Amino acid sequence: MTAPVQALSARDVVERRLRSAGGDRLGLVLQVALLLSLLISLGVLVVLIGDIVVRSLPVFAERPVDFLGSALSSRPARAGIIQGILGSVLLMGFVAALALPLGIGAAVYLEEYARDTPAARLIRTNVRNLAGVPAIVYGLLGLAVFVSSLGLGRTLVAGGLTLAVLVLPIVVITTSEALRAVPATIREAAFGVGATRWETIRSHVLPYAAPGILTGTILSLARAFGETAPLLMVGAIAGTFTSTAVGDMLTGSYTALPTIVYSWSGQPQDEFRALTAAAIVVLMVVILLVNASAILLRNRYDRKW
Amino acid sequence: MTIHAAGRGTSLVPADLQIAPARRRRERLIRAFFLGAAGLSIVISGAIVLSLLGNALYFLVNVDQSALFTDGWFPRRGMYDIATIVAGTVVISAVAMLVAAPLGLGAAVYLSEYASAGSRRLLKPALEILASIPSVVLGFFALTWISPNLVQPLTDAPLSNMASAGLAVGILITPLIASISEDALHAVPSYLREAAYGLGARRRTTSLRVVVPAAVSGIIAALLLGVSRAIGETMIVAIAAGGTGGSLFELNPLEPGQTMTAAMTALAIGSDSVRGEALTFESLFFVGLLLFAITLGLNLLSEAFVRRVRSKY
Repeated sequence: MTAPVQALSARDVVERRLRSAGGDRLGLVLQVALLLSLLISLGVLVVLIGDIVVRSLPVFAERPVDFLGSALSSRPARAGIIQGILGSVLLMGFVAALALPLGIGAAVYLEEYARDTPAARLIRTNVRNLAGVPAIVYGLLGLAVFVSSLGLGRTLVAGGLTLAVLVLPIVVITTSEALRAVPATIREAAFGVGATRWETIRSHVLPYAAPGILTGTILSLARAFGETAPLLMVGAIAGTFTSTAVGDMLTGSYTALPTIVYSWSGQPQDEFRALTAAAIVVLMVVILLVNASAILLRNRYDRKW
Repeated sequence: MTIHAAGRGTSLVPADLQIAPARRRRERLIRAFFLGAAGLSIVISGAIVLSLLGNALYFLVNVDQSALFTDGWFPRRGMYDIATIVAGTVVISAVAMLVAAPLGLGAAVYLSEYASAGSRRLLKPALEILASIPSVVLGFFALTWISPNLVQPLTDAPLSNMASAGLAVGILITPLIASISEDALHAVPSYLREAAYGLGARRRTTSLRVVVPAAVSGIIAALLLGVSRAIGETMIVAIAAGGTGGSLFELNPLEPGQTMTAAMTALAIGSDSVRGEALTFESLFFVGLLLFAITLGLNLLSEAFVRRVRSKY
């Protein structure tokens, strides 16, 4: 059954051409493929979270409190992560106390004080390159400088210093971006009424940049929280706290949540698979909460000048 | 030289306009702290290079040269074949890029050219969440899910293999590639798109023939940075690639293998027990220097491409 051939008027031809967007099959295929590549990446996220939660269920169903509150043990039925939680919290304390003031300070110098001199350019390039150095290399730095040369040994102090150095460039970069987003007119207003540079920064620039700085620093802390390789280099592997007195925790052997995940993932027994998944759930809950709050904070205070 | 206040007889001398000494001292002190904080980054870089170089040179001087070119990487037996760990790194990075380059670029083009403002606000944070997953978690996922569910059903690979680790590394760097190339696509001025539409081009033609070529420097920068991250990635490989202890030279992704980073982890964890072999501790720094040099090179190259984008638009 062939339809009778109709003669097309010039008008029909032009109309068909103009409407062809709707019939652009190749374009549709492309759009679907592009969307798929995005959805595959996000699908992995869903599968990963689902798989890990399911694996961890036996542990959280049987002994949720006991798991969180118990010490490490070679017997799966008794093993818990309290030492890892304490270790990670103390490490974060070090990172926050060291990397945040120094990183924000460096960014304030680069954005507010430094002119476009070769020295300032060198520092900027240097910070960018430090941010790209693999985490494990920072572990070697910690091993050579903090553990060996400074004689701190394989202690939590050495681990905390290593992580602080690791996130420092990230703090500098995100803080610089937040400072750069504050328009020059805000500064000029302060200078105009006779404020010095520091007074301008303290009373005008920092308050306006605060949400951006906060978001960036929170995210860098979350990054440090999950960082494993450098801690392995400086000796946070199978260490356990011998006592829970703060002094002993700082000077003795120690461990952290991500390094527990690593050492447990090497155990072949099924019970340890469940324990590893449970430890990952704790790790991920902290990281996802921190990230979500940072994203919300940014959306809330995101302002256009 | 005096300045007369308008309409009155009083006058200001320069001293009146000068800052009080105490205030000036405080300014100097604070500025010095900020300068010190900024200078610290140079000190850190210096410390990295010096600590790597010192031990790496000691290793190179004292190691038996033939041990650097042998059958495999077994530091406990004094075999330091560099080709083995470089090959493992190349294989895993290649698998990772096969996954991450299409996924990351596809996601970037979709977000920049197709997605509505509303779905962008939802999808971009979701990608950021994916980026925030610690690599140790992805390593566990590679070993317990990717390998038994994706790799082993199709092949006869052992549980620990380089392909699974490479796939996981690919997932890890996909958000990075997506976000940097999306920035590059976003920076393409809209008049180029409008000109294409004005000539009657379809959206796919505009996206692929106009916007992507205009942003190609930024896209190359994103890919280079992705390779650099894949090479430096440690935990996934240490958990899932199966190279603990050592490995023979291996190019087949379906076999276990050893990368530079995994070799370093293995050395560091065992560093107390392997002190017997004299050079294992120093070999750690030699591998670290190699890794540092490669990633720094890639990062600098990537930055050069980013600068080209900035100078263009």
